[in-house]
Amino acid sequence: MKILATYNIKGGVGKTSTAVNLSYLAAQDGLRVLLWDLDPQAAASYLFRIRPRVKGGGKALIKGSREIDDSIKGTDFADLDLLPADFTYRNLDLVLGATKKPTRRIARLLAPLSDQYDVIFLDCPPGISLLSESVLQAADSLLVPLIPTILSLRTLDQLTDFISSSDGQRPQVLAFFSMIDQRKTLHREIAERLPAERGDVAAASIPALSQIERMSVERAPVAAFAPHSRAAQSYQALWAEVRDRTL
Amino acid sequence: MQPFSSDVLLAADGPGQPGEEDVAAALAPRFALGAAGRARTVRRTWLDTFDWRLHRAGLTLEYVTGPRPAELVLATAAGNLVSQPAGRMSWPALVQDLPPGPVTAAVRPVAGIRALLPAARATSAVQDLRVLNPDTKTIAWIRADRTTVNHPAPARLPARFQVTAVRGYQPQAQRVSELLCAAAGLNGHPDRPLDAALAAAGQRAEAYSNKISVQLSPGMPARAALQAVLLQLLDTLEANVPGTIRDIDTEFLHDLRVSVRRTRSALKLAGEVLPARLPARFRPEFKWLGDLTTPTRDLDVYLLNYGDMAEALVSATPTELEPFHVHLARRRVLEQRALARGLRSAHFSQLAREWRGALTGLTVPRTGERAADLATRRLRRAHRRVLREGRVISAGSPAEQLHDLRKRCKELRYLLEIFASLFDPQAYQRTLKDLKGLQDCLGEFQDRQVQQQELREFAAQMMADRALSADPVPVTALLAMGELAGGIGRAQQQARDEFAERFGEFASPASNRRFLDLTESTGQSGGRGEPGGGRPGGGGE
Repeated sequence: MKILATYNIKGGVGKTSTAVNLSYLAAQDGLRVLLWDLDPQAAASYLFRIRPRVKGGGKALIKGSREIDDSIKGTDFADLDLLPADFTYRNLDLVLGATKKPTRRIARLLAPLSDQYDVIFLDCPPGISLLSESVLQAADSLLVPLIPTILSLRTLDQLTDFISSSDGQRPQVLAFFSMIDQRKTLHREIAERLPAERGDVAAASIPALSQIERMSVERAPVAAFAPHSRAAQSYQALWAEVRDRTL
Repeated sequence: MQPFSSDVLLAADGPGQPGEEDVAAALAPRFALGAAGRARTVRRTWLDTFDWRLHRAGLTLEYVTGPRPAELVLATAAGNLVSQPAGRMSWPALVQDLPPGPVTAAVRPVAGIRALLPAARATSAVQDLRVLNPDTKTIAWIRADRTTVNHPAPARLPARFQVTAVRGYQPQAQRVSELLCAAAGLNGHPDRPLDAALAAAGQRAEAYSNKISVQLSPGMPARAALQAVLLQLLDTLEANVPGTIRDIDTEFLHDLRVSVRRTRSALKLAGEVLPARLPARFRPEFKWLGDLTTPTRDLDVYLLNYGDMAEALVSATPTELEPFHVHLARRRVLEQRALARGLRSAHFSQLAREWRGALTGLTVPRTGERAADLATRRLRRAHRRVLREGRVISAGSPAEQLHDLRKRCKELRYLLEIFASLFDPQAYQRTLKDLKGLQDCLGEFQDRQVQQQELREFAAQMMADRALSADPVPVTALLAMGELAGGIGRAQQQARDEFAERFGEFASPASNRRFLDLTESTGQSGGRGEPGGGRPGGGGE
């Protein structure tokens, strides 16, 4: 079982779209996939039409007083399940802080699922917190969406520094450009140059496309409702590269 | 995604066939149906062994072909389903020939060495319907299945609906099932579809068993009892002829032989209640039939045990023994052909026809011995003979003496089985268990004796077969067979060493007491006999 987390310190960079589409494409590839929507905003749960509610809330889940199995919901797609978000996840830091070895907690919770799933995606809320430290410990790879600006490259450097200074397991970092605006020269230049210069930036990228925004209307992965669209093809190319480099 | 564990099966009550609109109306307004895909047509073959081992274990096995890749689907009595891809299969097939997977793994210990045969065939229109909640999220699937049976007789089965919860939505799926039951005229306790398919043809599963199941009553005339048992044995014998001729699996021949041996024992041990001409005419005929089947069965036993024998080799390797395996397989092909010829012969069909005619034409006198008295008398005599012959066997007794005792034990066993329905079931099981320990030991001893003789014959045959060939029998094969012979000899010696203990258990006062309880449980009118020891040497034939 591999654990892939979509993560960035910044918000609004395409983490949830990536998690939803890549988990769908992984399941289409025949892998057994679970997506855990860790963001209390519950966008991934919304996109799969699943109500953001976990019995007993995040506390029961993190403390282990409720079986993680009991909270998993099947999506409308074969081999793809979702562990929904819950509004109480906004306090997950406090709950984690009250446990022993909080940064290893997520990894320990997911370990028993290894016979059920081949891949688990973690859709993380932005920011650096005890939760994100626990996710970094659990994940085999971090998928980091970047908007192609100089500032977001600085954020990537901050993230890799943070990981290299942390104890325990260090996930592989794979960044990729997201929400590329083809009309902006700077976007185009950075998105073309960086993958060649840096090994931790993927060649595949995701343009800013209206089809991706339509996901919130269709409430489905873009490859499910517009399988031949440019948006779907971009995610397919990204998934192919992620699969080759991380699984 | 976990395998679903909470499927609910529903079936239409009677001939009504609720359609998609009926289902949608039953679920509204709480749930809606998603856009339905097109129905697909699948062909189903229900499979079981000839003796219904799967059905007896509460399992239903289907081979499903259609637009999707072929698969094997196994349902438990509780409605849980497992499936696996199957590829193109033709039936009958042995479990060892099925592709590996969870269905094969679950079927293997139940079916054992028996082949899977088509029990019924049908064509089904299958449609998967999505059940949506108010968020238009799929919370369950309904698989509507409209089946028309083609074999063994044409019939239309009531429509079946399988409600499968999407993970995490079990309570909602349960509600869906309840709504369907309440509004669409469905019931939650459907027959197994195989049973319904067979019932439409006037058949039923588990109709065949190799056990004697005819129900005797203690007071019935002994001749009528024997007649009923012999007729059932003939039915069993004839039921196994086609499978033996087609060589579907080894157990057709096995069951056929058991029927022949039981018939022969019944004629020998209780034939006195029949008109004298019947045993005189038919005992040699059934001996002929028994002898006809022996060579193939002996080879079957060798081949069934071959894997274990090859694995037990220490000095030689299984590869070195392989020429022996090839020889056994070739011999079996020849012997099986001879057996099939014999069973297709006019001689055999005349025997079966005339034997049935003789049995059905029997007149049963109203007076004369009762079934229970005959059973008790014959059982006591058979029991005494086992004790008498067993007591004189010592460590130095010749093998023939153990062989004779084995025959006496078999006679006692067959008498017990023939008259089983007259006894108290618990007393019967206890006596059978006492006898079985001794029989197993004697069987092991004698089988090993025969195997050693045969092994020498096989070696001679192999040498003779290849005497003129440029490709002689490898010396390593003969050495491996030598090692095999040594192993068989040791196993035989072990059985002999165990004999005294096994016989001691069978002849113990407690075992004798159990035998007495058994014979008294028939409600027979005769006085209490003294089984064993009572009159040593008395009651001889």
